[in-house]
Amino acid sequence: MVLVLAETQKGKFKKASLEAVTYGNKTAQVLGTDCAALVLGPASGLEELGKYGASKVYHVPDAGLDNFDSQVYAAVISQVAEKTGATVIVFSHSALGKSTAGRVAVRMNAGSVSGANTVPTLEGGAFKVTKGVFSGKAFAEYEIKSDIKVLSLMGNSIPVESSGGPAPVEELSVEVPAARVTVKSLERVEGTTPLPEAELVVSAGRGMKGPENWGIIEELAEVMGATTACSRPVADTGWRPHHEHVGQTGIAIRPNLYLAIGISGAIQHLAGVNNSKTIVVINKDPEAPFFKAADYGVVGDLFEVVPRLTEAMKKFKAEQG
Amino acid sequence: MKLLVCVSKTPETTARIAFTNDNTAFDSSGVQYIMNPYDEWYALVRALELKEANGGTVTIINVGPAANDTIIRKGLAIGADEAIRVDAEPQSALYVARQIAEYARGEDFDIVFLGKESIDYNGAEVGAMVAELLELPFVSHATKLEMDGNKAMIVADIDGGDARLEVDTPFVISAAKGLAEQRIPNMRGIMMAKRKPLKVVEPAAAEDLAVSVRFQLPPEKGDVKLVDPENMDELVRLLHEEAKVI
Repeated sequence: MVLVLAETQKGKFKKASLEAVTYGNKTAQVLGTDCAALVLGPASGLEELGKYGASKVYHVPDAGLDNFDSQVYAAVISQVAEKTGATVIVFSHSALGKSTAGRVAVRMNAGSVSGANTVPTLEGGAFKVTKGVFSGKAFAEYEIKSDIKVLSLMGNSIPVESSGGPAPVEELSVEVPAARVTVKSLERVEGTTPLPEAELVVSAGRGMKGPENWGIIEELAEVMGATTACSRPVADTGWRPHHEHVGQTGIAIRPNLYLAIGISGAIQHLAGVNNSKTIVVINKDPEAPFFKAADYGVVGDLFEVVPRLTEAMKKFKAEQG
Repeated sequence: MKLLVCVSKTPETTARIAFTNDNTAFDSSGVQYIMNPYDEWYALVRALELKEANGGTVTIINVGPAANDTIIRKGLAIGADEAIRVDAEPQSALYVARQIAEYARGEDFDIVFLGKESIDYNGAEVGAMVAELLELPFVSHATKLEMDGNKAMIVADIDGGDARLEVDTPFVISAAKGLAEQRIPNMRGIMMAKRKPLKVVEPAAAEDLAVSVRFQLPPEKGDVKLVDPENMDELVRLLHEEAKVI
């Protein structure tokens, strides 16, 4: 059985979790088995995960699991995996998944691949799966040799698919150890999709000349429903917050659309974004290296082009109704 | 405070990535290597700052061959007191984690630091594995760490937000951008590093349960399609009808 950890945020399943359940179901089909989802902590509407391919949803409702501590989560997930006979355990490659998957791999003596971006294959008994390596500059196929396998799924790697009906929910009682990490508070940027999950990203760099000019970027992003990002020099000089920095030493992202405005496209920046499905570059320098990695390019002054693009997007949105 | 910083060796950030032996191995010819930036800039420097403020020692540990001594010496030049190299060619995160845990067990480190991930295999796994092997708490993607006695106040990235956390030593922490500022070693540090202890130890027995079998470069992009800067309606049309992303 393939067991998928489905994370919730403010009582709703994260998009990354729906992707993970879809992925778990596809993995189960390859292995000729079923996919079950696991939800930790108080939550409702769990049967909904059936739509995305879970044939069953296990729930450990202990209130203590609201406070995320990877040590506690790993202990609980491992107990559930043992109880239910799971052979593959799937996480999202999220902050929570990253800090828990390795622990579960240790506990279960499982081989693990983190940041997987393809459905595993089974050829002559060899379990293989691919992930991005060298910060987006290459892919590597891994073989996992252990009986139990742990995978974490890179966001935006496979689209969410929904077809099934609601799944039965079974509450499980397992031992929940005391947490040693205390969560004092959580602050999330409201209203926008976090960068790792964003499908549309509007990113800007040094070509903006100063932080006071970011209004046109924010307006374009708002019209498009996109998340804003920036290049490293911009984050380093404090024009934009660090959490917006995408690239090799910032966040690696793979949105459907990456719109790069006034970013020259240093190799370290490209490494973090070149798995985006479509890249648009707006730059006044036709020699900017980013154009070589772009699908569409606009050579022009961003202070003229961006407001024009915002107007065109508004018109398009109005036509789409 | 007794602090351990786990450091990894990676190709430098502008290295050309290529593969050899029928795409089964990384082609290291002509590649310059560096200490993984997350390990060096953030994990190591924050550990050094805590030592400077509270006293104690900073030990760095690397799992790798003798060629890694160059980056280990750099860590000593930046300010670490001593180094351990586990003499092995690691193939998987679990293997590395077992070596680190094997050394750290019984050494009673207050904090084990590492970077949030290495920029070569991007696993972000070793920290969680070391923590589990040592039965310690783990906080990942830390952007801020302040100590008050044995209590740590930590701010950590949580996919587009911040978590404020508290944990008592001992614990394992992975560093993200913001935890500290990069330090450049000075001449005095470089000279002193030559005399600091770098101990080489044999690896403990450990299996590789997941190994890379084949590499692939991403498909080449076709030529960029240039759009008239006066005609942004055309760009919107292309994104909608051709690329189908809006």
